[in-house]
Amino acid sequence: MSFEYGKYKILYLFFIITPIMLFFLSFLIGRYPVTPIEVIYTLISKFNPSYVVSDTVSSVVFNIRLPRIIGALIVGATLSVVGATFQAIFKNPLVSPDILGVSSGAGFGAAISILINGSSYLTQSLAFIFGMISVTITYSISRVYKSSGVLILVLSGMAISSFFGSLISSAKFLADPNNKLPEITFWLLGSLASINPKVLTPVLIITFIGLIILVLLRWRLNILAMGDEESQALGLDTEKLRVIFIVISTLITASAVCISGIIGWVGLIVPHMTRILTGPDNKILLPASISFGASFLLLMDDISRAIFIVEVPIGILTALIGAPLFLLLLKKGYSDWRA
Amino acid sequence: MKYFEMINGKGSYSKKIIFENISFKIEKGDIFTVLGPNGIGKTTLLKSILGIKSLDKGEILINGENLTNLSYKDISKVMAYVPQVHSYTFPFKVIDVVLMGRSPHINMIDTPEENDVKIAERSLKQMGIHHLKDKEYSYLSGGEIQLVFLARALTQEANILVLDEPTSHLDFGNQIRFLKTIDKLSKDNLAIIMTSHYPDHCFISSDKVAIMQNKKFIDIGTPDDVVIPENLKLAYDLDINVIKLDNGRKICVWE
Repeated sequence: MSFEYGKYKILYLFFIITPIMLFFLSFLIGRYPVTPIEVIYTLISKFNPSYVVSDTVSSVVFNIRLPRIIGALIVGATLSVVGATFQAIFKNPLVSPDILGVSSGAGFGAAISILINGSSYLTQSLAFIFGMISVTITYSISRVYKSSGVLILVLSGMAISSFFGSLISSAKFLADPNNKLPEITFWLLGSLASINPKVLTPVLIITFIGLIILVLLRWRLNILAMGDEESQALGLDTEKLRVIFIVISTLITASAVCISGIIGWVGLIVPHMTRILTGPDNKILLPASISFGASFLLLMDDISRAIFIVEVPIGILTALIGAPLFLLLLKKGYSDWRA
Repeated sequence: MKYFEMINGKGSYSKKIIFENISFKIEKGDIFTVLGPNGIGKTTLLKSILGIKSLDKGEILINGENLTNLSYKDISKVMAYVPQVHSYTFPFKVIDVVLMGRSPHINMIDTPEENDVKIAERSLKQMGIHHLKDKEYSYLSGGEIQLVFLARALTQEANILVLDEPTSHLDFGNQIRFLKTIDKLSKDNLAIIMTSHYPDHCFISSDKVAIMQNKKFIDIGTPDDVVIPENLKLAYDLDINVIKLDNGRKICVWE
């Protein structure tokens, strides 16, 4: 029960400590060897320059590993929390963050930029903009059809997704197969290897604000999951509340996708893995899935950096490792779920 | 005194009129039952009563105030709803479902606190299902789930309970027990509006009955006046006898 904190203390501790530990451990992983002491000294040197170990170590820590680590934490947290949010507001446990078309829109934006030789800055900007555009179209369609329910929203999301999906395919078809095509494909598979620190700051700010709002409103998700009529009878302005959730979710998802490319599976499966540990109450589930998602993606990225000689796109790894892990948890937690 | 009044209500779905010219009034402690055949629009009427579906014409007054001037939150402080059908998405615990009743009393950015849990547990005890509080609500039987939703409605601390065919999914014993519970609640000064498929039940628990047919209330009044063979014939197109038992209670029998 949600108020017997004692029973959950260990779980809470786990959710707080895991991402912090992984954050520090992740600095140690990579081709250039750095010791834990060096990492701690270098991080402190940001505030007290007398702790600087060496310029190389500073550069490795601040320019290469820190953006990547923060990127992984942001993207993992965002995809998971949006997955959990959408599963509640669409009353469907099979929904993932790209249900309204944000990923395919972003993918198309990135593909255009790659086609016209845009800078990585342009690619990320266009990805963000087109991600927002596609969700706006989806939402407008559901408004034009004057449907208050979520079904039309989800269906028009599917239509817009496949529409932008086709545009991506057209871009790939037109792209030069020697350099442009691989670049588009690689972007679509997701990667945290080339995060631009300049873009990271605004993304970090948007994500931070968005996560706070979602966490503050989280308990209402329980009620929305009961359906519109019950929610209204319980005093919620469902239409308004849903718009707030969708706008915030789309903003942070678009910011995440624009720095990472399309990383599948996380947004669908991490909320479920978290739910198996915490139960479905969004009061606990939402913060927990932020922690779980951030840790999960950071761990996947560490694995992709540490184990393989060639860097494997993280979008491949998340499913490759995530699927068996999920099936393992599934046996333990969901086998008697009747809902 | 808290009361509810509908004046000349008319409701429709995309041009199809579901009901019109419906007027009635509920006082504190009343149990008002709406009878009528399947698909006649009883549920739609309840949704209009709750402000979930707006009226095309006419008005609803709650404590003298027009419903259209009230927000969902305002309305939910006065009226609570027990739906007939519910789709389960996540296996919430019973206590978490009942806690949702605190929604109108909790600020948008807050979550339930100890006091809210106390109120929820009190409702569970009142319904006699406190032992179920940590069970997943999707696991419960039809009778138990009905009581969970009733507990949620009580947790809302509203004055009027709106129940959509509350006895439809219950076995014979649970139907009677449920009606007794309703009766007890009305004695605690709650007003109850419900729909039903059992004319018999009106004699057990109602003090006001309406029969809905052809978009209207064909009759409204006390059970003795309204649940009569003529009205039942109009409602269900069957010859039904109303028989008085030795103990004075009436039952309806098809002949």
